[in-house]
Amino acid sequence: MRTFAILLRRDLAILLPGGARGSAFLPLIFFLLVAVLYPFAVGPEPSLLARTGGGVLWVAALLASILPLDRLVAADREAGVFDQLALRGISEEIAMTARLVAHWLSFGPLILIATLPASALLSLTGQTFWRLLASLLAGTPGLAAIGLITSALLASLRGGTALAGLLLAPIAVPLVIFGAGHLARDDISGALFAAAFSLVLCAIAPFAAAAAIRAARD
Amino acid sequence: MQARLSATDLACRKGDRLLFRQLDLDLGPGDMLHVRGPNGVGKTSLMRILAGLARPFAGSIDRSGEVGMIDGRHALDPDRKLGDALRFWARLDDGAVIGEPLRRLGIEALGDIPVGYLSTGQKQRGVIARLLLRPRPIWLLDEAFAGLDTASQDLLADLVSEHCKAGGLCAFVSHQPVDLPARTLDLAEFGG
Repeated sequence: MRTFAILLRRDLAILLPGGARGSAFLPLIFFLLVAVLYPFAVGPEPSLLARTGGGVLWVAALLASILPLDRLVAADREAGVFDQLALRGISEEIAMTARLVAHWLSFGPLILIATLPASALLSLTGQTFWRLLASLLAGTPGLAAIGLITSALLASLRGGTALAGLLLAPIAVPLVIFGAGHLARDDISGALFAAAFSLVLCAIAPFAAAAAIRAARD
Repeated sequence: MQARLSATDLACRKGDRLLFRQLDLDLGPGDMLHVRGPNGVGKTSLMRILAGLARPFAGSIDRSGEVGMIDGRHALDPDRKLGDALRFWARLDDGAVIGEPLRRLGIEALGDIPVGYLSTGQKQRGVIARLLLRPRPIWLLDEAFAGLDTASQDLLADLVSEHCKAGGLCAFVSHQPVDLPARTLDLAEFGG
C-alpha cells in the first residue's frame, strides 16, 4: 500500500495539470473546442443543438481521452523505469494500477467540470446536463482503462499514438452506446450499464497493461 | 551481506541467432567480473539475464541478494528536478535519504535542476547515486563507466571496490580498461 502511494504520487506529479509533463490541459481544450465549433458547423438552432449536443460531447470526451495516451506508458518503458521497479520487486500490476488512477484524474474531472460550459454552449436542458454528467462520470473511468491498455500495448512501437486511437475506438463503442443512450431515456439503466462496463475494464486494465509491458521486455 | 550469483550452462538467443552458450559463472562475496567482447556479442543480454529481467534460452541462474543495476537508461523523469526524481526512488528504498549519495557523487548542487537539462555524465552520476541509496549485494553495471569524466570513472571504480570489500559482488561491462582487480570474461569465446 505504501509502494502504491509512492507510485501514485509520482504519476500525479507528472500527469496532473501543472505537473511536470505540462500537456494535461489538452483534453480539456479539445473537449471545449468541439462544443464551440459544433454550433458553427450545424447551425445555431437551439432545438437541434439540444437534441444532438449530448451525444457530440460524449464523442468529444472519447476522443479527448486519446490525447494523453502518447507518452502514458512509452516514456517510462524507454527510460527503463519498469525494469528498475522490477529489480525492487515492484510488480507492473501495482505500477499500472497507480497509472490508471492518475490517468483518469488527469483528464476525467476536468472534462466533468467542462461539461457545464459545454452544455451551455450547446443549449442543453438542465435534465440533459445532469444525465450527461452522470453518464460521463460512469464512462470516463472505462475510457481511461482502455487508454491505458492500448498505450501499454503500443509502448514499444514507433508511431503508436495514431494506432492507439484506432484500437481504442472499437472497444469504447459500448461505453458510447450506453453512456450517450442514457441521455435519451427516462431511467438510469444506460448510466448503470456504462458504469458496469467501466468497472470491468478498470479491473482488467492493470493486468492487461502489465502483461503487455512484460511481453515487450525481452 | 551474503552475495551470490551463479549461472550454469547459460545460453542466450536473440531472434534466430545464438549469442552465447555454455556459459558458467560463479561469483561470491568480494568478486568482481569484467565482461568484455565486441559489440553485439550479448553483453547487455547477459546482464539482463543475470538481473532476472530476461529469461535465458537455456541454463539456470542462482541469485541470492538484491540486485542493483545500471543499464544504458537513466530511469529519471526528464521533466522533474534531479532531487525530486531521485527522492521517488529513495522513498521506494524504504525512505533512504539522497543527501549522502549526492554528496559522494559531487552533484549536491544539481538537485534543483530538471533532469532534462543535465549532461549525459551528470545524469549518469545521478544514476550511480541511486545505486547507493540502499546497500544491495549484487551490482550489475552495464556500461556504467561510459559518459563519465576521468575523475568520475575513478570514483565509480572506488565505489565498486568499497562495495566488494564490504562483501558485495559486482559484474560490469566496459569497453574501457578499468583499474580494478577484476576477473575478465570475454563473451566472444562463448559465441554460438
